[in-house]
Amino acid sequence: MEQRLGLEASIAIAEVVCRCDVDIVAAYPITPQTHVVEHLSELVADGELDAAFVPVESEHSAMSVCCGTAAVGARTFTSTAAQGLALMHEILFIASALRLPIVMAVANRSLSGPISIWNDHSDVMTERDVGWVQIFAENAQEAADLTIWSFRLAEDRRVSLPVMVNFDGFILTHTIEPMLMPDKEMVQAFLPPWEPLLKLDVDEPISMGPVGIPDIYTETKQVQQHLLTQAYGPIVETLNEFAQHFKRTYKPIETYRSDDAEVLLCTMGALSETAMEVVDRRRKQGQKVGLVRIRLWRPFPFEDLYRAVGNVPVLGVMDRAISFGGPVGPVASEIKAAFYHREQRPKIVEFIAGLGGRDVPLSDFGRMFDSLYTTGETGKIPAPTIIGLRE
Amino acid sequence: MKNQHINPVEPYLRMDRMPHIWCPGCGIGIVVNCFVRALNQSGIDPDLVSIISGIGCTGRIAGYLKLDSFHTTHGRPIPFATGLKVARPELKVLVFSGEGDLVSIGGNHLIHAARRNSDIKVFCVNNFTYAMTGGQVGPTAPIHSIATTTPYGSYDRPFNLPFLADSTGAVYVARWTTYHVRQLTRSMVEAINKPGFCFVEIIAPCPTIYQRRNRLGDGLEAMRYYKRYSRVINGANTRMVGLELKGPIIVGKFIDRDRSTLLEAMNEEFSSKLGARYQPYPTGVVR
Ligand code: SF4
Repeated sequence: MEQRLGLEASIAIAEVVCRCDVDIVAAYPITPQTHVVEHLSELVADGELDAAFVPVESEHSAMSVCCGTAAVGARTFTSTAAQGLALMHEILFIASALRLPIVMAVANRSLSGPISIWNDHSDVMTERDVGWVQIFAENAQEAADLTIWSFRLAEDRRVSLPVMVNFDGFILTHTIEPMLMPDKEMVQAFLPPWEPLLKLDVDEPISMGPVGIPDIYTETKQVQQHLLTQAYGPIVETLNEFAQHFKRTYKPIETYRSDDAEVLLCTMGALSETAMEVVDRRRKQGQKVGLVRIRLWRPFPFEDLYRAVGNVPVLGVMDRAISFGGPVGPVASEIKAAFYHREQRPKIVEFIAGLGGRDVPLSDFGRMFDSLYTTGETGKIPAPTIIGLRE
Repeated sequence: MKNQHINPVEPYLRMDRMPHIWCPGCGIGIVVNCFVRALNQSGIDPDLVSIISGIGCTGRIAGYLKLDSFHTTHGRPIPFATGLKVARPELKVLVFSGEGDLVSIGGNHLIHAARRNSDIKVFCVNNFTYAMTGGQVGPTAPIHSIATTTPYGSYDRPFNLPFLADSTGAVYVARWTTYHVRQLTRSMVEAINKPGFCFVEIIAPCPTIYQRRNRLGDGLEAMRYYKRYSRVINGANTRMVGLELKGPIIVGKFIDRDRSTLLEAMNEEFSSKLGARYQPYPTGVVR
């Protein structure tokens, strides 16, 4: 059974975490994540969620506690943003290397300095290589659904890896949206109790996290790379099962009106919905524009991307972060690399937009599409452009 | 001050940043007022003062004072300050931050700076909650106090900050409330002029979050409470000054002792081993 409700993505996530019957929530407050854990602490205090809530003294401690609890087989959830995620950095590698299926909701926010509490993707892009499954939601429904799914995937014994659900700070965390909230029975029918692949158990002792001497370190990294790449199969499989169970379909790469498109724009996260509106308007005016929306960021779904882009000649990529001194846009650089060896490859135009909470209105997307058409006509790829930059 | 109409505090404030973000009745403004007066009284050249703060409502102080200031990341003002001090020992390096910054995420830095007697002065505004993020339970929240993450009351034992600072080695430890403006100002002067790690806890009302959630009234009510329930015990055993919800508040100057600062200790150790070969590092300390 599902109930139609108006909820903030933050509250929606907390409510589904409760229905997922987690054992432990360990978190430290940081804007704009606070509503998630505040609501969870209420659910725990009200006895609706039989879990321990650990209000730790920093995010570094939060992720460390999560590693401890997951290591003994407790279903574990945390949430953070920006500086908090950065402070967890060290432990994120530990969680993935030890194959601890922690689920974390990241309320995407920019990194300091200057101090900024507003939305962009610089926090998660900095954590690209930590070995976690990383997925993006575009609205409250998706944030909740993908959180439920994350536990299922993380605990899949073929995977046994931590999962990060990214949902945009403020745009989603603090916005009330209509959504369908499944009840506990429905969630639990999809999410069986976790049977850990490995856990600390006095009866069958194992050691977690010992030294990896040069003789073995390389192999452990190869295994990690293999596991995360191979997680693609179970990801698609469990997303399909999710679709059967909840009647809502999610794919590693989503498209929007891309089939006959002349130019495509690649987006990620909540701004994709603004972009869809612009696509509709442009289509009404006769311009065949479309979207490619990256949902699964790690493991990167190369084949899905190739299929989605097809033989469209011009592809724009909108980044929400900067790789300083490097190839500018972290997503664009990955996509360029992905196409490098392909014979059929589009001209790729890089845009940076929406840094530190800068609004990206419809007109900005319009500008991006205009630029893609210009590239198509002239054949010239412009230098990466920061959209909406005040000069 | 020739112009009679200017508030004596104004020359020290970045008036272009006004109005400030603090809520009506918040205690942080009083702390700023006391500090500016203390700075005046201490006779220190403001050009030699730098203010370091962390994240939170109190952390905003760094942005409002017209002094060299460094608004650091969450929990880190103390190590930033130590860095500043060892590189420029002639400066007065003052840390302003809240308990949610200094004793939670930054707690480790606090105890080690006290242990090493880093020559910085820490003014810690304690309002018993993470006010800026909306009032989650923090490390000094009294047992049974309500926070968004402890909707039925906190159950974690809170830190007794003067005891923490004392037991880890601070040379000067005092606690006042925002009601005790004169005493607080005097303690700030003493701390500014004293070499070594000085720690002043300032109990301040957060009417918007802490007071309201715990039905403790507004800012004025907090002042009445501080007036009524504070007891001045200078030299009190810091072990005995822990706080309880709606309990008495023991205030006063608890610790005032001398020992070598971080840089002095380094010089002493190296001089004793290397003798005249060792060129002492400037410490900024006049004893
Ligand atoms: S929230 Fe509390 S501490 Fe922050 S400015 Fe308002 S009253 Fe002061």
